[in-house]
Amino acid sequence: MSRHNKVRRQDYQIITEMILDGSTVLDLGCGDGSLLSHLKKTRNVSGYGVEKDDRNVLASLSNGINVVQSDLEQGLAGFGDETFDYVVLSLTLQAVHQTETIINEMLRVGRQVIVTFPNFGFWRHRLQIFFGQTPVSKELPYQWYDTPNVHVLTINDFEKFCAHHNVRIIDRVVINETSRSINILPNLLGTLAIYRFDKEQR
Amino acid sequence: MMKLSIGDVQPQRMLFDEPILLKCGEILSNYQLTFETYGTLNEEKTNAVLVCHALNASHHVAGTYNGDEKTIGWWDNLIGPGKPLDTNLFFVIGVNNLGGCHGSTGPSSINPVTTEPWGSTFPMVTVEDWVETQARLGTKLGIEVFAAVIGGSLGGMQALQWTIDQPKRLKNAVIVAAAPKLSAQNIAFNEVARQAITLDPEFYDGDFYQQKVLPRTGLKIARMIGHITYLSDDAMDAKFGRSLREDALKFNFDTEFQIESYLRYQGDKFAESFDANTYLRITKALDYFDPAAKCSGKLAATLCHSQANYLVISFTSDWRFSPKRSREMVDALVANKLNVSYAEIDSPHGHDAFLMDEPVYHNLIAAYFDRVWKEGKDE
Repeated sequence: MSRHNKVRRQDYQIITEMILDGSTVLDLGCGDGSLLSHLKKTRNVSGYGVEKDDRNVLASLSNGINVVQSDLEQGLAGFGDETFDYVVLSLTLQAVHQTETIINEMLRVGRQVIVTFPNFGFWRHRLQIFFGQTPVSKELPYQWYDTPNVHVLTINDFEKFCAHHNVRIIDRVVINETSRSINILPNLLGTLAIYRFDKEQR
Repeated sequence: MMKLSIGDVQPQRMLFDEPILLKCGEILSNYQLTFETYGTLNEEKTNAVLVCHALNASHHVAGTYNGDEKTIGWWDNLIGPGKPLDTNLFFVIGVNNLGGCHGSTGPSSINPVTTEPWGSTFPMVTVEDWVETQARLGTKLGIEVFAAVIGGSLGGMQALQWTIDQPKRLKNAVIVAAAPKLSAQNIAFNEVARQAITLDPEFYDGDFYQQKVLPRTGLKIARMIGHITYLSDDAMDAKFGRSLREDALKFNFDTEFQIESYLRYQGDKFAESFDANTYLRITKALDYFDPAAKCSGKLAATLCHSQANYLVISFTSDWRFSPKRSREMVDALVANKLNVSYAEIDSPHGHDAFLMDEPVYHNLIAAYFDRVWKEGKDE
């Protein structure tokens, strides 16, 4: 999984740059707590991870972060409105079933939301499909039969979703495998998309 | 594999001459608490952990008396050398609560004024009173700040109350299988237990000591009903199912099913060893527990002065204090931006799971106390 870990590090780097010093963060699907642990050290954030898996809860606890064991798919009931400065969903959006519910819940409990996902529209993914295969890459490292991903999406898909769900995109960073920022044809050339957004004020 | 126990232990007594004004309004001018300690208090007195007991336990948390395995402490699987709450690192204190029947002043103790057992005249005690007396014990032992206060069920409620009443005197609270207050159903079960005791003809309005009798039937039924709420439907079914003691139905009221036999046995054992007046008072303390009441029911507001770090743990099959009840506490703590971690342990054992040696559960406690230890060292 080391190739996947590299993607995770790229992802953490950009998330960290988006987060202000001393803020409060809710990290959904926090894994072993490494992102929050990193944010604690570099951004002095206080926050909580939400995690379903027993081993990850234990790992997070051992890593010294606050972790709340809960299944994201059940929503974020219990967390009050606008409790956090940021709610983060890192490399998990493509794996959730109730996408609309989760994004609405994130917008409810956080003032801003940061979401990162592998771009299914990346040219090499398109090429694999062209040759008749389900894409497998660093960002989507699974075979069709063992993937946790249920909603692979492209940058264009996500922006269309935002436009239809009163989501205001504040920041967008798209990068490729070498962490270079992609500004031209991002949906074709980018491997990873990082968005910061909030509720559109109407 | 069972890890080694701490071995033989000795209960100790502490006398308190400073009167205590109880929440019910009555004053106890002096009292004693029975307690045990395991491990060594460090020079800075920063490694003390208080263990609060639930309804029918005591100060005897770990170890044995006189090498007798049958006297093993009620949380020995968790507490001891090399165990999740490691007595090689921490100085652990178990205390029998005021009003108890294991050596601390309670209804079965002699009232020095009348030289008779207190019986019906012993005042009502509350979780707040227990926290106050436990804090006083800490002071007498030279402990200004506890590294942690831990408890399961009613013990967890005491840990929560500690963080509200004594925010500066503990660093961590570990709250297992508890709730921020009892539900109507919880109170209902307690009331059935109390009725069983008070309607027992041998109860004598609480003054049965002078009559040289015990309200055994009442206590037995109280324990039986309590026991049902500690187990899950599935756990009971797995353990007993519909098994019979003999091969065929007898069509009478003898003990036929294994579950009946088990409950009767548990009830009889308990009736011989526990004080009825203590049982009544502890169930009342449970019913009265509602720290949020002073802030119009808002638990988050009640916790606004708390400073502790928290670990909250619930068990999926616990229907007495379900995971939802623990989440109420977690959500109130998050609302106060307090450090809290929460685990919902997948266990079939119901409320009693908190007493069991479940690896996922014990590993979490071990990891948490590892943190407590490291944080203590860094200071």
